[in-house]
Amino acid sequence: MVNRNTLIAWFREVGIDDRPTVGGKGGSLGELIKAGIPVPPGCVVTTRAFELFLDTLEARAPVRARVMEVDAGDLGAVTELSEELRRRVVEEPLPASVDEAILRAHAELCGGGQVPVAIRSSATTEDAEDASFAGLQDTFLWVLTPEETVTRVRECWGSLYSTESITYRRKHGLPEDGVAMAVVIQQMVDARCAGVMFTRSPLTGDKSVITIEGAPGLGSAVVSGEVTPDRWVVGKITGEISARDISDKHAKQVPAEQGGIQEVELQGEERTAPCLTDDELMRLREIGRKVERHYGRPQDIEWAVDKSGDILLLQSRPETVWSAKDKVAPVKPPEENPLRHVMTIFGGKK
Amino acid sequence: MADTKSFPLPSSVKVIPGTEAAQAAFPYYVQFTPEDDERFWFYNSMHFPEPMHHFDMITAEAAYAALGSFNTRVHVLPTTKGIDHRIINGRVFIGGVPVTDPAEIAERQELFQERAFYYYQNWERLYDQWKEKMKALIAEAQTLPKPELPEWEPIETTHTGKGVASNHALLDTYRKQLEGYYRMWHHHFEFLLLGYGAYMTFFDFCKRAFPEISDQAISRMVAGMEAEIFRPDEEVKRLARRAVELGVDGQFHDDMDIETVLGALDQLGENGREWLKDLESSRNPWFNVNVGDGFYHYHRSWNDDLSMPFAALPGYIDKIKAGENIERPMARLIEERDQLVSDYRELLDTEEDKATYDQLIELAHRVFPYVEGHKFYCEHWYTNLFFNKIREFGALLAENGFFAKEEDVFHLTHYEVESAIIDLMLSWSSGSPPQGPKHWPAIVKQRQAAIEEWSKHSVSPALGVVPDVIDDPAIVMLWGITRDNLDAWLSDGEADENELKGFAACSGVVEGTARVIKSVKEIGRLEQGDILVCQVTNPTWAPIFQKISAAVSDIGGSMSHMAIVAREYGLPAVVGTGSATQRIKDGQRIRVDGGRGTVTILHEERALEDA
Repeated sequence: MVNRNTLIAWFREVGIDDRPTVGGKGGSLGELIKAGIPVPPGCVVTTRAFELFLDTLEARAPVRARVMEVDAGDLGAVTELSEELRRRVVEEPLPASVDEAILRAHAELCGGGQVPVAIRSSATTEDAEDASFAGLQDTFLWVLTPEETVTRVRECWGSLYSTESITYRRKHGLPEDGVAMAVVIQQMVDARCAGVMFTRSPLTGDKSVITIEGAPGLGSAVVSGEVTPDRWVVGKITGEISARDISDKHAKQVPAEQGGIQEVELQGEERTAPCLTDDELMRLREIGRKVERHYGRPQDIEWAVDKSGDILLLQSRPETVWSAKDKVAPVKPPEENPLRHVMTIFGGKK
Repeated sequence: MADTKSFPLPSSVKVIPGTEAAQAAFPYYVQFTPEDDERFWFYNSMHFPEPMHHFDMITAEAAYAALGSFNTRVHVLPTTKGIDHRIINGRVFIGGVPVTDPAEIAERQELFQERAFYYYQNWERLYDQWKEKMKALIAEAQTLPKPELPEWEPIETTHTGKGVASNHALLDTYRKQLEGYYRMWHHHFEFLLLGYGAYMTFFDFCKRAFPEISDQAISRMVAGMEAEIFRPDEEVKRLARRAVELGVDGQFHDDMDIETVLGALDQLGENGREWLKDLESSRNPWFNVNVGDGFYHYHRSWNDDLSMPFAALPGYIDKIKAGENIERPMARLIEERDQLVSDYRELLDTEEDKATYDQLIELAHRVFPYVEGHKFYCEHWYTNLFFNKIREFGALLAENGFFAKEEDVFHLTHYEVESAIIDLMLSWSSGSPPQGPKHWPAIVKQRQAAIEEWSKHSVSPALGVVPDVIDDPAIVMLWGITRDNLDAWLSDGEADENELKGFAACSGVVEGTARVIKSVKEIGRLEQGDILVCQVTNPTWAPIFQKISAAVSDIGGSMSHMAIVAREYGLPAVVGTGSATQRIKDGQRIRVDGGRGTVTILHEERALEDA
């Protein structure tokens, strides 16, 4: 467990139990490392860092009280408050300890050089992980400088005060005291291709198959839905590839020279050929099984293949849609006389 | 529904002009009648993909007489009786006889549980007994004499006071052989539906628990590893090993002439003869496997044509000399199967489901040795003996001028063959020439022409009124016919012309040159890395799997032996495409996706240039 006062926690030090301090995303990256899965190196700016900052903000002017007061039904008021608070989070001075901790962590992560990083918000509650809780899933890719890293961390914090977030918390009567946000800083993979993997079928909930989706370039194109990815269905246990839908991938997202990402139109082979080989699909399947076994439940995984062909995971979280539906009722209860089972075939439709 | 498509009515299917006499020669009880328009029929292209010779029709009637007996009256399946069959233009259409009255179903359920459950409970004992019955039946057929008519009755007839002359033996042998064939089919169906049913019960559970599980994965969990049908290929491997041990391996090479090699071995001294002795012991019984499914007289056995095992010998010999292990890794195969069973079990959500799963896999494993094992005895060993005995009659009749060659006998129905035999008996007894030589040649010619004509015409996959549901376990199990694929048949014309669909038999994607092999005689044309395209693949083709990169067949299901063997060799395979040998041209480049069950023709234009 990470010490409550730690400002920066490295992936290798954290696990899912650290969710209150490093958020779900940060905790799960730590878990992946524990499970022996390759993950690009990185660290988490803990909720403690955010709380220290929030204290300095509160010392200047109220934050939490303002949110508690606002009328969730008055969109104008919420929008106005959101703009004001987000500006404050981005612009007002950070406590020196926090600022220094982030810069030091960045230097350590990047060895002083200009290694691109991704900055992602890492929410502390299950609720906040729900995609429907919009505005919390902020991700900034290909961030090149320490200064910009600090800015992007602040922007992630600021997303706690987006109109959607404020409205959601007010409508659900959630206390502002518990609101916190951790932020992940992670080396970026210049992916040859990337995508997502579900260790059960999103269509039927079948736990015996793994669905893999991927496209050339950074995974953001797939996650955001900008590109129709190639799609495979792979037998979790057998490795059979039962579906191969190779799509027309009109574009990919790649790093921009000045930082951030840009879209590049695709032509020829890269556009029409499968972005993964069968061998890579099998390696992804192995990784998927390993992660699932580690957590003991089906997972929703983001992956990337780097330019040298190594597979890295960027995120793993429990699959939620089907897990919520999992029925307690058995497919078919056992029979006292096992032979009676054959009546399902011979007995006729009931 | 106004836009419901339907299949043509039987009465609307016309006999192809010029073949009326050949059609009329099929027995009256297989001709369509006006009442048949009320029912649903489908073309049994799985077992009978080609127009039938008149004699070969015996397989249909012997099989349905047995199948129906066990379904209708022995095991008493609750919701179905037997199968009716009709023949038009040489094609076999079949229709189920469902039981729909709830009271009748209830009555049949009682009887079924009493009878079928007895079989399940005593499965191993009854199956051991079955094998003994089959071996006795085979031995009986083997003792039947070769039909021949001596100039003079042997003197032993006089000395023993036998009191029966040689011509009587013709009829006696023929009738015994026919009787044995009908009996064999009863044995065939004694366990089959119950075996499939227990397998399907497990299958059904798996599909509900794992909606996207492949048929292959389920059949792999159930597959037995020591079925008789794997043995012929094992024997070829043994012979390859023996050839190396005896130092006679130099005799075997691609493009060898088998007779020459056998002659050379005989001349080679002791080691050569030693190997020939090994060959004999392999041949009997293990080379009594035919290269098709045993439903046509021209699906000859390895024993009748050694091309298949000999085509495999050079490759196996090379591997042995290179120090490669060519044995089936039994321990590993069994371990893999058990791992598969336990891995799927782990994915089940509840303890109750795990308990059900255990009950079902236990039952499936109990019945499966029969499902896998029976074919060697029935469709291969006995069927070869049967058709070869009929060939002997063909030779005798041809010798006596009834027709030109022994194979022509298969243009006669089994009733007509009996009449020809009686004609010959009469002629031998009276000393006058037989009538047959004036009667049969024209008929044989006419029927040969009819078969050629019939094969040129496409066949509707089904006829008559489509039922709302197909709730006939026999039809679903044996033919895989469901309401869904009937709808697919009805929505024709939307498919990609260059793509064929079949059952996914073994995963893997391969592109290569298609080698369309229509008879075993042609297997010498296969080159390393070719994709085999053939009508029927079954384990008897396994010896050449070492040479090819993928296999495609017209006929076969995902739980067929072929699928199991292909997986053992890691050979991508798509079976049951229906028409691969017709639509794919020899030499075309094709892509086989054994995981999805699709075959894609890649270069249409090149093939057209060749043509």
